[in-house]
Amino acid sequence: MATYTTAETRALPPGGRARSFLRRGQVGEDIAYLITLAAAATIFLITSLIFYELYVQSVISRQKFGFHFLFTSTWDPVAGNFGALPFIYGTVVTAALALLIAIPQGLGSAIFLAELAPRKVSDSLTFLIELLAAVPSVIYGLLGIFILVPFLQADVVPVLKDVFGFLPIFQGAFYGVSYFSAGVVLSVMIMPFIVSVSREVLIAVPRDQREASLGLGASRWQTTWHVVVPYAMKGIMGSVFLALARALGETMAVTMVIGNTPQIKASLLAPGYSIAAVIANEFTEAVGGLYISSLIELGLVLFVVTFIINGLARLMIIAASGGGANT
Amino acid sequence: MNVLMFSLTGLCTLFTIGSLLFILGYLVTHGASALNWDFFSKLPVPVGEIGGGMANAIVGSAKVLVLATLIGVPIGFLGGVYLNEYAEAATAFVIRYATDLLNGVPSIVIGIVVYALVVRPMGHFSTVAGGVALGIMMIPISVRSTEEFLHAVPNSLREAAIALGASKWKTIASVVVPAAITGIVTGTMLDLARVAGETAPLLFTALGNQFWSPGWNHPSSTLPVMIFTYAVAPYDDWHRQAWAAGFVLLMFILAINITARFILSRASYAPRGMV
Repeated sequence: MATYTTAETRALPPGGRARSFLRRGQVGEDIAYLITLAAAATIFLITSLIFYELYVQSVISRQKFGFHFLFTSTWDPVAGNFGALPFIYGTVVTAALALLIAIPQGLGSAIFLAELAPRKVSDSLTFLIELLAAVPSVIYGLLGIFILVPFLQADVVPVLKDVFGFLPIFQGAFYGVSYFSAGVVLSVMIMPFIVSVSREVLIAVPRDQREASLGLGASRWQTTWHVVVPYAMKGIMGSVFLALARALGETMAVTMVIGNTPQIKASLLAPGYSIAAVIANEFTEAVGGLYISSLIELGLVLFVVTFIINGLARLMIIAASGGGANT
Repeated sequence: MNVLMFSLTGLCTLFTIGSLLFILGYLVTHGASALNWDFFSKLPVPVGEIGGGMANAIVGSAKVLVLATLIGVPIGFLGGVYLNEYAEAATAFVIRYATDLLNGVPSIVIGIVVYALVVRPMGHFSTVAGGVALGIMMIPISVRSTEEFLHAVPNSLREAAIALGASKWKTIASVVVPAAITGIVTGTMLDLARVAGETAPLLFTALGNQFWSPGWNHPSSTLPVMIFTYAVAPYDDWHRQAWAAGFVLLMFILAINITARFILSRASYAPRGMV
């Protein structure tokens, strides 16, 4: 028991501290506080636990390979040689291709919805586009395998090879499953994020900016492209980073259309592999501590990368909306 | 120039909307035609045989989602209450950051962590592990939606309750939360819809099961995992069933989404910027 000062002892009711606790009638208050605090602490605990588990469970491969793991390109479960490079390459290439397609497409749609469409039309179209974001990844994969890949094989790639076949990225045989197919599927998946956030940011640009530009004689398109979009650029970049983070972590759709071949090829038409895809495919069949540990280390790499990119995205969106972001 | 650029943007929008309509349309025509009563009532038949259904997957998905909601929503809701009503700035920042971090974790990584935390100690795959994985995924969205809708309740309500003599927790429980309840419930619905389609975390937690999964401690098949397994297999009948399952899953998710957003548009206190 702690010793009290004379002043405190005089102030306590008979029965001491315990009595005053109950007498205050604050039991409900304190319990409510403790319960909600416990819930919040659990969230913090879970997040820390994720990082901790990834780090600890990958100790075997981290100790064996060190940083070379990130730069080795062999993936040989039989000989026990594991390297992350083919998967990092595949993840980056598919995400880059997805962004290349989705950014102009998404920004264009956002401009149309923010500047041109009447408010009601814009709202209902945005609702539809946000429904696209609700479609699960495995269904994108389903459509990818049975519709997109045959379509690319029959109609798109022959044309691409005719016109751009001299480029190294369009050389080699096309079996359907490839970086290219994965990139296209990913682009459709991340587009709704770019559209919805960019549209909000564009709408938030103050009216005076537009009116000032028009007042100086600029056309509507000049106003949009040279005034409104640059003003909203931070928020748009934030949406791009968010989309990127989503594309990097996407598992099912990519697994189903990328071809699942751990190799590094310059051609987009070649089959490849991504970090999430290899974990999804091989984790349940991985035998031996080193194999599983390598897969978990890949998960750690993915976690760290998405962590960094998500952080950047949040920073940009907050900077764009002047701290009033609701994302 | 104006006309050219703006019609280009219109084309972009058309393409985006078009892809959604195409996805919906194809799934409805192809998936609905593949659906039959067997799908909902029969177990999968051995590989290569025709027929059978996904009754165990539907029940398995339901079990996993119920467990996920029971785990994710209370933690998320109470965490959101803490963030909005009790926390000081520094603590709130840390918790919010952790929540955002958790939201950004790829679903496959959550699967790995739950494998290490639940499956390995238990010694086998189970519905419980699947429920825990999806529950963890439900927490961040639950926190964020609770916090936003609580924040949207005007302070005058809180002040009025306190002026009438209610204690803080009583205010929260009987005044603030009921005012925000529409939003919180719809947020939960949207959360559920998102998690219902997740496949990756279930791949090594609930794994799969050709038969009925008794209780909570056995591996269980779930609809998204079945779609994945059947789609990548070489059997035509399995492809047909994958389409049917995709149709059922998508209809379920879209129904929840549309209902939730519809209710939200009529909510009394909605934060600005929410649909």
